[in-house]
Amino acid sequence: MTNHWVDIKNADLVLIMGGNAAEAHPCGFKWVIEAKKHGSAKLIVVDPRFTRSASVADFYAPIRTGTDIAFLGGIINYLLTNDKIQHEYVKAYTDFSFLVNEKYDFDNGLFSGYNPEKRNYDKSSWSYQFGADGYVKSDPTLEDPRCVYQLMKKHYSRYTPEMVEKICGTPKAQFLKVAEMMATTAAPDRAMTIMYALGWTQHSQGTQMIRTGAMLQLLLGNIGVSGGGMNALRGHSNIQGLTDLGLLSNLLPGYLTLPGEKEIDYKAYIAARASKPLRPNQMSYWQNYEKFHVSLMKAWYGDAAKAENNWCFDWLPKLDKLHDVLQVFEDMYQGRMNGYVCQGFNPLAAFPNKGKLGAALAKLKYLVIIDPLATETSEFWRNFGEYNEVDSSKIQTTVFRLPSTCFAEEDGALVNSGRWLQWHWKAAEPPGEAKADTAIIAGLFQRIKAMYKADGGAFPDPVLNLTWPYRIPDQPASEELAREYSGKALVDLTDPKDASKVIRKAGEQLDGFAQLRDDGSTASGCWIFSGSWTQAGNLMARRDNADPWGNGQTLNWAWSWPANRRILYNRASSDPSGKPYNPKRKLVWWNGSAWTGSDVPDFKPDSSPADGMGPFIMNPEGVARFFAVDKMAEGPFPEHYEPFETPIGSNPLNTNPAAVSNPAARVFKGDMEAFGKAQDFPYAATTYRLTEHFHYWTKHCAINAILQPDQFIEIGEELAGEKGIRTGDKVKVRSNRGQIRAVAVVTKRLVALNVNGKKVHHVGIPIHWGFKGVARMGFLSNTLTPFVGDANAQTPEFKSFLVNLEKL
Amino acid sequence: MALQSLDIKNRSATTTPTPQARSTVEVAKLIDVSTCIGCKACQAACMEWNDIRDEVGSCSGVYDNPTNLTENSWTVMRFSEIEEQGKLEWLIRKDGCMHCADPGCLKACPSPGAIVQYANGIVDFHEENCIGCGYCITGCPFDVPRISKKDNKAYKCTLCSDRVAVNQGPACVKACPTGALQFGSKEDMKDYAQERIADLKERGFDKAGLYDPPGVGGTHVMYVLHHADRPQLYSGLPQDPQISPLVAIWKGATKPLAALALGLVALGSLFHYVIKGPNEVSKETEAEVEKEDAA
Repeated sequence: MTNHWVDIKNADLVLIMGGNAAEAHPCGFKWVIEAKKHGSAKLIVVDPRFTRSASVADFYAPIRTGTDIAFLGGIINYLLTNDKIQHEYVKAYTDFSFLVNEKYDFDNGLFSGYNPEKRNYDKSSWSYQFGADGYVKSDPTLEDPRCVYQLMKKHYSRYTPEMVEKICGTPKAQFLKVAEMMATTAAPDRAMTIMYALGWTQHSQGTQMIRTGAMLQLLLGNIGVSGGGMNALRGHSNIQGLTDLGLLSNLLPGYLTLPGEKEIDYKAYIAARASKPLRPNQMSYWQNYEKFHVSLMKAWYGDAAKAENNWCFDWLPKLDKLHDVLQVFEDMYQGRMNGYVCQGFNPLAAFPNKGKLGAALAKLKYLVIIDPLATETSEFWRNFGEYNEVDSSKIQTTVFRLPSTCFAEEDGALVNSGRWLQWHWKAAEPPGEAKADTAIIAGLFQRIKAMYKADGGAFPDPVLNLTWPYRIPDQPASEELAREYSGKALVDLTDPKDASKVIRKAGEQLDGFAQLRDDGSTASGCWIFSGSWTQAGNLMARRDNADPWGNGQTLNWAWSWPANRRILYNRASSDPSGKPYNPKRKLVWWNGSAWTGSDVPDFKPDSSPADGMGPFIMNPEGVARFFAVDKMAEGPFPEHYEPFETPIGSNPLNTNPAAVSNPAARVFKGDMEAFGKAQDFPYAATTYRLTEHFHYWTKHCAINAILQPDQFIEIGEELAGEKGIRTGDKVKVRSNRGQIRAVAVVTKRLVALNVNGKKVHHVGIPIHWGFKGVARMGFLSNTLTPFVGDANAQTPEFKSFLVNLEKL
Repeated sequence: MALQSLDIKNRSATTTPTPQARSTVEVAKLIDVSTCIGCKACQAACMEWNDIRDEVGSCSGVYDNPTNLTENSWTVMRFSEIEEQGKLEWLIRKDGCMHCADPGCLKACPSPGAIVQYANGIVDFHEENCIGCGYCITGCPFDVPRISKKDNKAYKCTLCSDRVAVNQGPACVKACPTGALQFGSKEDMKDYAQERIADLKERGFDKAGLYDPPGVGGTHVMYVLHHADRPQLYSGLPQDPQISPLVAIWKGATKPLAALALGLVALGSLFHYVIKGPNEVSKETEAEVEKEDAA
């Protein structure tokens, strides 16, 4: 989230799209209700299904699954055409006026630089025009046809309300009603918040859906303000913490990135990341990259990390390509892997095309499962009749199950959607032989280290030199790890302005990442968490709910990254002169000599508005980007592409067969062939969660099983009528990859949509059942889903695929 | 038995006067249907607090589960899809005991002290006194009590009288994530309801209102409804609930007659005893019975 849960109550308008907060985030949803009750806020829900969120909405509009960019692009077109934008904001705080490379182009579904064989782009034309001073050229009059504003206007002029209706199936009048409601928040004293989740991420163009939402918010001046923002609702209680700590194949903690295999020079590696400002007087905060990187390496390797060995740069793995979960299972499927450690993860259930996943796991020599539950993955080899039809005698994989604790059986911090690190305390002792994940990993590490020490190995240095300062080496304590992430001084740190003044003595905890150094004198395991555990103690454990400004800014409740800042880009809540846009909901402002307010300013604290520093300090431009330059895989402006399994077979926006679906999405050989076609699988399917369950966990809990015991799918009355299906009947749902059986729930909440001259029906498929647990036996719904991911994040396309349906 | 802090106002089939000395505030649970998201946290909390678990059921083609109130499910969410002027509405209502001011169950109950009404308005079943006759079901205009197959006794929501007795809200209210469930004095709940109704009217629900049906003397569980003029839209919430005429007749005109009849029977027995002496079994008969028992 750019903002945080409590701040949702400050919104004048709430858009829930690409998510279903009432069902998937019922506790956080209370803030939507607060906004409605006490702020007279309106709630809009746009979704293929009339969800439980829609049941309390002021306005609901249906949309075909996978077409959100078309819808939002239509809104962008509406706002630009009808001049419903926050003019001062976009001029001062975005790239509206920047001039784009003359070679950049977009034609019939493809951007300039496409390579159809490699399915990727040469992005060199996706760039700016630079002046002689080395800075990006700008036309403040916005008249230059190559300025971002003009290019964007041209790009989205094709997204007319009629086109939106044609692609999305949303009736034009309903689309326009949503557009009008959103447009009201272009006023400086009104804010809209966007709440989204997996309904946007789980598409082959999911990242761009989210970007389109962010662009909309920028046009309306809703980023950085109270009650606004782009708010990703995270599913697991600590999934935000997972990405923060870099548990993705290409990341290091704190969104630092691993070097690529060609990046063998340390200086060049840093220079490529420590971006210099692209406009005058801009902060470009990533210029500090090396301070964060060196502090991380000192936390990992202690004295072994020295300037002479480039802080152990050679020990870091160098990436040949992304090794995301889809890639890993592809490698496994191709027989290129021996072992797999599966920690807190149930991929057989949670990743697409169960058939392929099961076949992949069967090729492993060993599989290690670290989990509190007996997951489906841990029993992928066992025959559960039609639910898991395997021949156990043919599977030789050795499976080790290491029982772990669950969150309530350990101390530690969870990072919530709003970036708050909230410390929690153990509520119960773990059962049986269960151990904390840290103890399991530490135990493995100690043994592996001993083996390297005794027997040597191909590359022992990074293992043997890893610092391991924990009191009980087999059981690092959460407190010890938290202090390490936050960081400490390794020598006495002196004030850069006054060398006689010691600001932190050697061994003391640091106050925050501003104290990190690139000379090896500081250590911090995750720079964005720096300041969460200072000399004053564990700030994550704070529980002071005082709200002195009455706007939900409880700065002494827990601790929020970065720097306890609650709303990102909050400088943008004030106008260029430093005066709050909305006097009723002030965040930060210029008091004549410094930035101050109800939040920690996301800005250089003493930069006078006269300096013209932009509020988006992490971007070298200092402003937010509509034109993404080379940051995205499939183009600088989001463009609608059909899901890989499209019910209409073409893209109404172009006539290019190469641009029906995302031209830059990675598709493995064999998976393209496994996509179904509309003639065989005519219905648009989407998978989702129900409020009664959490993923594949709670089917192990009696109460949840009682509340929603049995696998079902949902279809509209019209489709049910065509198929002769009555509610409660058993049906079979087939995709090109497999089939499931379930009870049919026939509902008015799914309506047939008219798309591109064709009637499109949806089939809704909740995910929560499987062959382990106390709920009724069911089929893993990912038996049906396609093995393809988003072109940038590789998040699988669980939300849009094709099925057929028959009554049993 | 009743907790010290809960004065009893009425007891089934009992004429002993109830305590009057203390003054107790009437409580109420308010269910604001317009902010309920049907998450069933209330159902989960009810199961946990009261140590009740239904069987793992099956899907009958709707979201409702368990599909009806049972002796182990004292509250259930009922989902209904309606179309109002071409606009779909998914009305989700938490169903359970309404804790009527004039409780039909208590009136109908023939077993002394099996059903009580506290001075705070909560209607509670004391199962140790229940004889399983099922009259409470006939007496209830909301079809709430259920007889357990395990012990043949009637069960229903207690409005967490045990929690309320120690100044805690009911478990369902505590668990509700959106604040759709509120608990407090009936007066405060009515005030709060008016705020919600004003908000709903502003949003175009002209007929929004409070459900506190006078036919049962008002209730201690009330609803804020968007369509208060048509409560039956909400999975058949009764428009104007009344205690069944059978119970009314039994408790009204016929009860004194029945009491008289019972009295006459007792009087007859007394005369029989006075005139004929106690019934005695001869030694021979007793020996015969014992022989039969042994065989």
